[in-house]
Amino acid sequence: MLDDVDHRLLRLLQSDPTIPVSELAERCAIQPATASRRLDKLTNNGVLVGQRMVIDWTKLGYAVEVSLRFTLDKTQPRAFDEFLAEARKVPEVIAIQTFLGRVDVRLSVIARDMRHYQALYRDRILTLPHIADIEALMHVATIKATETLPI
Amino acid sequence: MSAGSFNELDETDREIVCALAADATRSAGALGRDLGLSQPAAWRRIRRLHENGVFSGRRVDLNAEALGFGVTVFLGIKLASKGRVSLEDFERAVTAIPEVQTVQHVLGLYDYRLRVVARDLSDFERVLRRRIMTLPSVGNVEANVLLSEERLPGPLGAL
Repeated sequence: MLDDVDHRLLRLLQSDPTIPVSELAERCAIQPATASRRLDKLTNNGVLVGQRMVIDWTKLGYAVEVSLRFTLDKTQPRAFDEFLAEARKVPEVIAIQTFLGRVDVRLSVIARDMRHYQALYRDRILTLPHIADIEALMHVATIKATETLPI
Repeated sequence: MSAGSFNELDETDREIVCALAADATRSAGALGRDLGLSQPAAWRRIRRLHENGVFSGRRVDLNAEALGFGVTVFLGIKLASKGRVSLEDFERAVTAIPEVQTVQHVLGLYDYRLRVVARDLSDFERVLRRRIMTLPSVGNVEANVLLSEERLPGPLGAL
């Protein structure tokens, strides 16, 4: 399936997504046309999903980020679906993850300040359905956020 | 652009931010066509957003499973004895682990939150035992295996 050159292309692209194809090709010792063809193939195979810009929410006035970890009431058969459907409607929720473990669902919530967070928490979070327990982790700093795979 | 400057972005800016957060490869020309702007006008707006630090970076999204990484685990880590530990030592060591994708310093039940990828559960056990549990001053560790994940556009999408 994927050979060493594919892995090298992906590694380089992960470390710098803005790197031009000509330079990618040069560093993999292949022709630019070959590099383009390989990247197209990786995209078509679904290995290379896409590229996105990461928003710095603090620059847009959202100084607070909190990880809210939920345990849901699993005696309710539709607890997950109903909780997730309602959580998606809260604009300040920027990510939703579900887990196998002590925590069922995690929401990443952003707010302008603590006052705004407090209002959100009371009006939009505590009113979500089927909550059994909530824990909050307040983000202090991001130490590493490369999100790269060790390929 | 300082904190609280959200209102300095007009609706077109917000649409550009949303579009680039979904697909960073879109050109100024293509964005402009969608938003009724000329290519140079769209380009100027994009450049201004970059200059104002609205984007903290650009990411390539790879299909982890297709590359053999079947398991993503989030770890909550409590450091052992707070008074004497060096946060710098812990942070330096944890950042160097290739399987650790993100490290966040948090306040609450845990001190750090890590996102870890592994090939499978036994590979994760290897990372946990050999790399994580051996970190300086690591204390209580909680692991939750990721089942699903979705990113939402956030407050920009709602406007």
